[in-house]
Amino acid sequence: MSKGDGIYPDDLKYTKEHEWLGLQGDIGTVGITHFAQSELGDIVYVELPAVGTAMVAGEPFGTVESVKAVSELFAPASGEVVEVNTALAAAQEAVNRDPYGEGWLIKMRVAEPGETAGLLTPAQYRKFIEDEAN
Amino acid sequence: MDTQAGPPKKTPLNGLFREMGARLVDFAGWEMPVHFSSILEEHHAVRGAAGIFDVSHMGEIHVGGGGALLLIQGLTCNDAARLQTGQAHYTALTTEKGTFVDDILVYRRGRDDFFLVVNAGNTDKDFAWIARHAEKDVEVVNASARWAQLALQGPKAETILASLTPLPLRSMRYYHFLEGEVRGVPSIVSRTGYTGEDGFEIYLPPGAAADVYRAILDAGRAHGIRPCGLGARDTLRLEARMALYGNDIDETTTVFEAGLEWIVRLEKGDFIGRGPLAREQETGPKRRLVGFEMLDPGIARHGYPVFEGGREVGTVTSGTLGPTVKKNIGLAYVPTALSAAGTRLSIGIRGRQAAVVVVPTPFYKRQR
Repeated sequence: MSKGDGIYPDDLKYTKEHEWLGLQGDIGTVGITHFAQSELGDIVYVELPAVGTAMVAGEPFGTVESVKAVSELFAPASGEVVEVNTALAAAQEAVNRDPYGEGWLIKMRVAEPGETAGLLTPAQYRKFIEDEAN
Repeated sequence: MDTQAGPPKKTPLNGLFREMGARLVDFAGWEMPVHFSSILEEHHAVRGAAGIFDVSHMGEIHVGGGGALLLIQGLTCNDAARLQTGQAHYTALTTEKGTFVDDILVYRRGRDDFFLVVNAGNTDKDFAWIARHAEKDVEVVNASARWAQLALQGPKAETILASLTPLPLRSMRYYHFLEGEVRGVPSIVSRTGYTGEDGFEIYLPPGAAADVYRAILDAGRAHGIRPCGLGARDTLRLEARMALYGNDIDETTTVFEAGLEWIVRLEKGDFIGRGPLAREQETGPKRRLVGFEMLDPGIARHGYPVFEGGREVGTVTSGTLGPTVKKNIGLAYVPTALSAAGTRLSIGIRGRQAAVVVVPTPFYKRQR
């Protein structure tokens, strides 16, 4: 299987650090991609910021840990955390099973919803991970 | 760990693993599967049924001749004279300081015929070390390329392997071995392992390894066997508190510090490192490798600092989620005064202090 064969929904935008951002108005939902969860393997712990925390695009905002590795999470946009997926505390495996659904991490109010153009489209992201693998 | 340049080496099973869709990583200079399905599933399969591991990256060194026992006695801290033919033990090649050149298994195949199993990343170093100390009437051969190794581990291991060999596995005791055929392939089969479960390690010619591996998977299917990678091997060995060279032990840690006093036989006579170890036995080691459980969330990993009252006092050597014990566990070197079970310490996890408590080990012990 090629690295780009994962699932990358069309309505999301992607970072080179393997987060996704789904925007509805100025509220963005953030998670990690299919590729990221597959690379990490069984996720056993997720450390997320509290509601109200300021997010700065490109800066770390939390960590995901699998059995074998720990990986930092990077903010896809600047803004403020408005909701945290607290269900993950007892069911981190949702990030592996359903990274774009039940496995979402946080919701944030995006400061400048018009300024997320620097993020990757699904096609760009797919190409990015294929290039990285080679 | 390994610093060898060049492309990673491949075991005889590499092609099969690619077909099986294993996730392959570079480990100690070898391209090895880290997992096939999921580390957690593979871990639970070994605890509850069986798992098969390719560990062909491990090194094998033959030491033979009239001077073989004398050479091994002089290089290792355990007493190889106590080994009967058909018996193996865990021991260490020790430095002049009583630290680890490597931790190894010694198999006695005959009065003057020994088979040493060493860590993949240390094979060349160990061979050079042993050959350098070899004097007359002894032959030392790095036979690593002549042996593949499979580990079949778990409560169903005996049942599965018995269907493929006429060897009397049932009466084989822990750390004993026999030589005979497994699916028609001449092999060494020992009741040993690195998981804390019952099981066997099978040494066989590389050309036959893929067939035997497949045969074991087929024979084990009805018993719930799973192909397992190095990820599960690591969580399994850590729950059983088995040391990993390069993480928990190396040339800077003594055998006593590592808590492996049971492999030190000072009374057997002289060996490299005996002096410092004899002194350390008198005084007790200044620091000890202890097991800990996390009281706060997060996993402590290799190299994280250990604190006591704000002062840095030690270092984590291994850490993981223990899938069977269902706790975040690890090993760390701490001063002896802070090594008693129940001692509260903290570990710096990416800038935050996480509380831990020293606990008795092993974290997991199977019911017999």
